Amino acid sequence: MSDKRFLSGDEAFAEGIRLARPQVISAYPITPQTIVVEELASMVERQSLKSEFIHVESEHSALSCAIGASSVGARTFTATSSQGLLYMAECLPYAAGGRFPIVMMNANRSTALPWNIYGDQRDSISQLDSGWIQIYVEDAQEALDMALQSYYIAEHKGVSVPVMVNLDGFILTHTYEAVEIPSIEEADAFLPPYVTDNKMDLEQPKNMAFTVGPNLNMEFHIKHHEAMLTALDVLNESDQRYGKVVGRRYGGAIGTYHTEDAEYVLITLGSITGMARNVVDDLRASGVKAGLIKLRMVRPFPGDQIVKALGLAKAVGTLEKDISFGAEGTIYTNVNSAFLKNKRVIPSYNFIGGLGGRDITKEQLTECFYKLREQKEAEPIQYIGLAIKEG
Amino acid sequence: MQWNAKNLPKEELFYGHKACAGCGGSLATRMALKVLGERTFLAVPAGCMSAVGFVYPQLCFGNNAIISTFAGTASMLTGIQAGAKALGLKDYHVLGIAGDGGTADIGLQGLSGAIDRNDDVIYICYDNEAYMNTGIQKSGLTPFGAKTTTTPAGKQIHGNQKEKKNMFEIVAAHHIAYAATATIGYMEDFLGKVERAKQTKGTSYIHVIAPCPTGWGISSNQTIHAARAIVDTGLWYLAEYYDGTFHLNRKPKKKNQVEEYLLSQKRFAHLTPEDIHIIKEQRDEKWKQIEREWEYERVK
Repeated sequence: MSDKRFLSGDEAFAEGIRLARPQVISAYPITPQTIVVEELASMVERQSLKSEFIHVESEHSALSCAIGASSVGARTFTATSSQGLLYMAECLPYAAGGRFPIVMMNANRSTALPWNIYGDQRDSISQLDSGWIQIYVEDAQEALDMALQSYYIAEHKGVSVPVMVNLDGFILTHTYEAVEIPSIEEADAFLPPYVTDNKMDLEQPKNMAFTVGPNLNMEFHIKHHEAMLTALDVLNESDQRYGKVVGRRYGGAIGTYHTEDAEYVLITLGSITGMARNVVDDLRASGVKAGLIKLRMVRPFPGDQIVKALGLAKAVGTLEKDISFGAEGTIYTNVNSAFLKNKRVIPSYNFIGGLGGRDITKEQLTECFYKLREQKEAEPIQYIGLAIKEG
Repeated sequence: MQWNAKNLPKEELFYGHKACAGCGGSLATRMALKVLGERTFLAVPAGCMSAVGFVYPQLCFGNNAIISTFAGTASMLTGIQAGAKALGLKDYHVLGIAGDGGTADIGLQGLSGAIDRNDDVIYICYDNEAYMNTGIQKSGLTPFGAKTTTTPAGKQIHGNQKEKKNMFEIVAAHHIAYAATATIGYMEDFLGKVERAKQTKGTSYIHVIAPCPTGWGISSNQTIHAARAIVDTGLWYLAEYYDGTFHLNRKPKKKNQVEEYLLSQKRFAHLTPEDIHIIKEQRDEKWKQIEREWEYERVK
């Protein structure tokens, strides 16, 4: 029987990890992720989780240790945020290229300088090219559910790629909601034990994580790339299985809301999606045909799905909490590329906000839709809620 | 178990690699694996041993082996050990073999963490006293006076001006289960220490001097000679640390032959009598401390 409790995003995620039964956890604290490793430590103490809990001395070691554990075939978990993610950055392509299906939680937090502990998505977005699957969740319930589902996706034979699940720092990690926790029996029915040939084996010794010269190096990377693309379908498969066992479904790499006949569509990721949905409701009530696309996966990038979901929309806006300095929001770049590849010409705006944890209000989101409707702005890149404007 | 040339297993676990002629590091690796055997999980970071042994599809280890990130040898060992334990594997060893830069510089944080946790792993540092894989740059274990590409020797500077980092005592200060110094010049002593590490529960660390003919500027048939002379001259020492105490295993016989040791190597060819005097003083200072504080005990 499932159980309903009042949990923060971090706590909910830890519950999801408990249900996945990782055999090795490497733990290092960083705000606002820390509650996750604290919760897991308590679970190990209470024996509700049987896991080797390793107190590593840095994030670089956290992921290096996870790679080591995965290299002998153990199901492995670690968690980080912001500077920690950047500090372990060397190990990210290592884990991915080695095809080690590690699951890691990242609490989305701004990166220094200036120092700031609050949420934006510049940390994980900066690592999009590291070869990890990246999932973004909207609320604590989805955080728990995707903690468990991430192992299914990562360990799937056709994928075998690590997964990073991103939770907006504080807004999600520290906010309490009612969360339904599946029973361990349900979790076991959903997630099979981890079995792999991609490991060092005492009976059949193997040399792993080797060097490959120019003659074959590219083939390894293209195989990895193709496995990433497979994850788009595996996410659907996982969603259906999870729906059958647990009774909750989220759809695939994108979630759509009133897009069938929408004229103005906003693309979001993470916790802002809930408010954006409310804004769509209000606008619809006042006769504006607004719609919403929620990105659940950013790598692999569901570009074709986005273009398809847009239908006959007249304008689209990409709302994101990151900026690639000197260019534009990175999600916007990806979205526009998908339009071009699909020969779809459409006015496309970029709404950049929430950096360093700045609040984004309902009014500002409504304003985004109005900007899509009016299209008076010559500049396609708009900043939300800038306190000091030059000039 | 006393290992020697007669009873050492014939089986080669590190074979067909691309190391230079006379490479001390590859000899240390090959011999350590003979003691530890096929049921050894080995992690090797970026450096000569991974560069010469892991070029797909020519993979040179007969046992399970994996390249770690440069800084990640010890943390990867931790993970392998934790994973193996969680999976209930039996009768295996977890070994890391890293060079001097990978140990004393970039890998020190991870090594300290593993010792602090007392993870049941063996860590061997093969010390050739510089970053050799990248072409002879100064590391934290490059000795005073040595010429490297980043500590050139000229009129103003006579090579490296810093003393070698004291890894053995840094490691011992963690109250590690077992630590030892060794050299491939005294192979039976080294093999005995690997055996002792194999028997030790908790973390073991062995620091083995492994000359690099290319980096030291000696001919490839002089590796063992140099590895022996460094101990005979007192510039290196054979010692162990266990149960909270230091034990010296061998007293140097030819302390007066420092010049011969130094000047036979191109990396020291530029040294002036004053430089050599400084090196001797540093050595004598060290030996005063050893004789004052350490017990003398031949290795068992």
